[in-house]
Amino acid sequence: MNSNSLKISNENLKRRLNAERRFKFYGVIAISLALIFVLILFTNIISKGYSAFYRTLIEIKIEFNDKVQPEMFKQMSDTEINKLDLYSFSKKNIYSNFPDIEKKSDKKKIIKLFSIEFEEEIKTYINKNKNNLGNKINLYISASDDIDQIHKGNYSRDIPEERRRVSNFQLSIYDELVGQNKVKFEFNLPFFSRGDSREAELAGLGGSLIGSFFTMIIVLLLSFPFGLFGAIYLEEFSKRNRFTDFIEININNLAAVPSIVFGLLGLGILLNTFELPRSTALVGGITLSLMTLPTIIIATRASLRSVPPSIREGALAVGASKVQTVMHHVVPLALPGSITGTIIGIARALGETAPLLLIGMVAFIVDVPSSPLDPSTSLPVQAYLWNDSAERAYEEKTSAAIIILLSFLILFNLIAVFIRRKFETKW
Amino acid sequence: MGLITFFLLVLFAITSFYLGYFRSNRVRVIEKQRPFSLDKYYGYYLAIWSVVPAVIILFAILIFDGFIVKNYVLSEFYSQGIDQSEISLLFTQIENTRNGIKLFNSEDEIIVNAVNKLNYIEGIFDITSIITVFSVSSLFLLYGYRKINLNFDARLIVEKFILIGFFLCSLIAILVTVGIIFSLLYETVRFFSQVPILDFLFGTNWSPQRAFVRDAADAADIENAFGAVPLFSGTFLIAFIAMCVSIPVGLLTAIYMSEYAKSSVRNTAKPIIEILAGIPTVVYGFFAVITIAPFIRSLGGSIGLDVSSESALAAGLVMGIMIIPFVSSLSDDVISSVPQSLREGSYAMGATKSETIKKVIIPAALPGIIGSFLLAVSRAIGETMIVVMAAGLVANLTANPLEASTTITTQIVVILIGDQEFDSPKTMSAFALGLTLFVMTLILNFIALRVVKKYTEKYE
Amino acid sequence: MENKVKVCVENLNVHYGEKQALFDVCMDINQNEITALIGPSGCGKSTFLRCLNRMNDVIDICKVEGSIKIDGQNIYDKDIQVEKLRERVGMVFQKPNPFPKSIFENVAYGPRIHGLAKDKTELEEIVHTSLKKAAIFDEVKDRLDETGTSLSGGQQQRLCIARAISVNPDVILMDEPCSALDPIATAKIEALMEDLKKEYTIIIVTHSMQQAARVSKKTGFFHLGNLIEVNDTETIFSTPANDKTLDYVTGRFG
Repeated sequence: MNSNSLKISNENLKRRLNAERRFKFYGVIAISLALIFVLILFTNIISKGYSAFYRTLIEIKIEFNDKVQPEMFKQMSDTEINKLDLYSFSKKNIYSNFPDIEKKSDKKKIIKLFSIEFEEEIKTYINKNKNNLGNKINLYISASDDIDQIHKGNYSRDIPEERRRVSNFQLSIYDELVGQNKVKFEFNLPFFSRGDSREAELAGLGGSLIGSFFTMIIVLLLSFPFGLFGAIYLEEFSKRNRFTDFIEININNLAAVPSIVFGLLGLGILLNTFELPRSTALVGGITLSLMTLPTIIIATRASLRSVPPSIREGALAVGASKVQTVMHHVVPLALPGSITGTIIGIARALGETAPLLLIGMVAFIVDVPSSPLDPSTSLPVQAYLWNDSAERAYEEKTSAAIIILLSFLILFNLIAVFIRRKFETKW
Repeated sequence: MGLITFFLLVLFAITSFYLGYFRSNRVRVIEKQRPFSLDKYYGYYLAIWSVVPAVIILFAILIFDGFIVKNYVLSEFYSQGIDQSEISLLFTQIENTRNGIKLFNSEDEIIVNAVNKLNYIEGIFDITSIITVFSVSSLFLLYGYRKINLNFDARLIVEKFILIGFFLCSLIAILVTVGIIFSLLYETVRFFSQVPILDFLFGTNWSPQRAFVRDAADAADIENAFGAVPLFSGTFLIAFIAMCVSIPVGLLTAIYMSEYAKSSVRNTAKPIIEILAGIPTVVYGFFAVITIAPFIRSLGGSIGLDVSSESALAAGLVMGIMIIPFVSSLSDDVISSVPQSLREGSYAMGATKSETIKKVIIPAALPGIIGSFLLAVSRAIGETMIVVMAAGLVANLTANPLEASTTITTQIVVILIGDQEFDSPKTMSAFALGLTLFVMTLILNFIALRVVKKYTEKYE
Repeated sequence: MENKVKVCVENLNVHYGEKQALFDVCMDINQNEITALIGPSGCGKSTFLRCLNRMNDVIDICKVEGSIKIDGQNIYDKDIQVEKLRERVGMVFQKPNPFPKSIFENVAYGPRIHGLAKDKTELEEIVHTSLKKAAIFDEVKDRLDETGTSLSGGQQQRLCIARAISVNPDVILMDEPCSALDPIATAKIEALMEDLKKEYTIIIVTHSMQQAARVSKKTGFFHLGNLIEVNDTETIFSTPANDKTLDYVTGRFG
């Protein structure tokens, strides 16, 4: 063998192997990039949002006087207490916690340290403890959203005062309170029960959680049975002809239609033609179920197709009719696959925002909806709305809403994986 | 009343079921021979007869009763020559008064009269409809009951009924498509009757808010307000940026996964990347606004570039991240379906893995890969939330990715969010944009699905 | 003495789309006998068998012409109900295909859908007799709740036979029932068939000529979609009338 040719080929081989290594390296980079994106996205949102799950409270003391006596509450019902006007009483009591401050403008600034609903919070406390109120009581009431953000450290104190929402004076009071150990954190339960609000410290996810719940129930009730039955017909009973081919192409295309087009469908048909009530979970649910339907049909057909023909033949051979064969044997075996597809479709519908914007589920709604016919928002729409708000505190709320949304999606997908693992039959 | 009717119907169905069931049982005893079908099928048979026609009639009543009631209550107003919009306002007023919402003129005599009339006719309607529904139901029940005998095969009919039900379910997909096309076309046609289609497709100025002006003198404004070219350019610009991110990353990921990665790597990395596909788009939008856009802005600032706070680049990059798993999983499928014999042939010639991939596998898989790219493009064009949140709301004809630019989907949302007035060309333009979007994605999907299908058939 | 004719096939032609699978097959099958159908792969014997309980109806492109009369009734008449037909003509498949349900449910399924049992005890009675007739009862009587797929191949096949006879058919079709089984399981099933023929008419498609010779009274030889010859099994294997048959049974092709 010619040693020279061997050498040439060696160099050549080296080059090729380098190219090979490079190419492999590109692949590693691509995968790492994708993984890093996932990591950044999650850490970003979690680090921004976790602080919304607790809130800041400030301790104040209340002194009752001749006009407002602790005894008078004993005879009153809850609603009666709620109707009382304790606004100026509460305000004066808050002032008296800061005896050194006398200027009227400063007093106003003091009030702004607290949540705008301080009166309601005091009433709630009275309501709960109406039978054992002393003349002097100490209670915690919510801080305003700005103080909340400062206490959580989300809001830098180094910004010049004129661009800051909290004045130097308010900061000094706040520091004093912290020094006296009167500021504490608590789990933010109201965040999960309250509706939306223009005041960041009062805004909660409750309304949108219920709205999403109603919407998903409607999606489930509509898309699952129709999807399942439709798929059964197409896979088991239809004869292959032009019409069924047409249906099939139709379903595949529908699955790829942009979601916003379904919003236009909801607006044009459901709202304008059938005059269903705007902004409601009912319309949102119908719109999203039309969007979910193709997913469910495709998943169900795939899982029907995977049931081996021997099962069908076995049933047919003992004289079961076609319908009996399918309903007694094929469908039960295909059901886990179909349910998995449904859960994944519903998870997608849960995260969907664009179509809901068009059918009016973006209204500012304070009340928690009590039925699918009440105006409501949904979880992702709430995140979108809060993202649009200028106040700093809403950034934390948006992230928190997204954390909740993502947790639900992860939960749904885990359930789907679980069902698939548990019930999957290998043929 | 709806709930009561519903429960009565359920009760009726159960009763009819047992009626059929026991009837068949009796036949069995009397004739000492088993009937053609199982007892329960006779039960189902009667239940179907008793409920289905009744439900159909009930729906018909539900659909038409509002219309009839309204006409009856308003009949005297029609003759007075009040115009259409006022009449419908009047009817809302009447309904509100009836529901106890006090309005300024709720004491008026005509209104009070009309409320009485409304209560009266609705009462009559409720009673007559219940009577009609249940007498129809009983009639059919009787008819079905009389048909049951030894040689009557109820199973056949019940099964036929089930099949018809299934068939109707499978038609919904078509109905949805028809609904989409109808709702989009209807408004679009009306839109083009006011704005010439060529102005829409080739005009370069998009400012629909100007079309509010209804003066004859401003008619020219309406014509010039709906030039959609800036929207098209913005849409394609952002989609292009997105594809610049997702194609290389997605394709290389797919290649690495299917050709190089050990199964342990594959089994962990793949689901993590798939997570990207399951994240709602509103999350990406938020991510773009809160993280990527400021990052690009400060990066641009540090090298002396002026980056707008809402930039096509930020939206496009994030959209690209969103599409990565889409490209990678589709390409992965395509690459995996290339037959092993091709790879072996290449290795036998002494080729390295990367050479095999570049020279054999990718060329063989190319049509499928291109198909997956097309699907990804269609996804990018139709994406809404990221661009609504991060790309800018004002139409701006530019190719500079550092400036704000708007897209078709953004404008649909901007126009239709909140209150709309129905007959304005502004509102209708959103449907025209929707139709454009629908047609574009439809064509892309159609081509892509065909290409992919042809490709996979080749190797089956 | 010759048994009564149970199944009478006349001029049977079967097409799969363009391709013709059976050509003018005529054959009489006697009651309470085992009839074996032999022939090389793809000769149409399975197709023929599947015509007898109209299993071919499942295949869209399959077209059947001619007549098959069972007890004088043409099963391809328009008003015939396939379900009823299959209640009377049971089938056992090449690969055991028990439903992924309990053993009991597997056998109870047929009686349930046809309403053969008035109550639970009657149903149990039917299941037990069927399992006994299929000679598998002793092996499974303690675990009727286990899934049918947990049994061994031979047991699965006997379970399928039990399933087939649970509705008390007149005719049982067997499509190479032993091809997936080992010799011991095969022997058990052959013994079982011997037993079953007292009550049922059995038609079996088999690849194994020894099996045909062992179990059947009559044998039909198929080749390329034609029924070449049908006669007493002894005659077929010793002095067949047709040369092709002779070549096949002596192992010269197939």
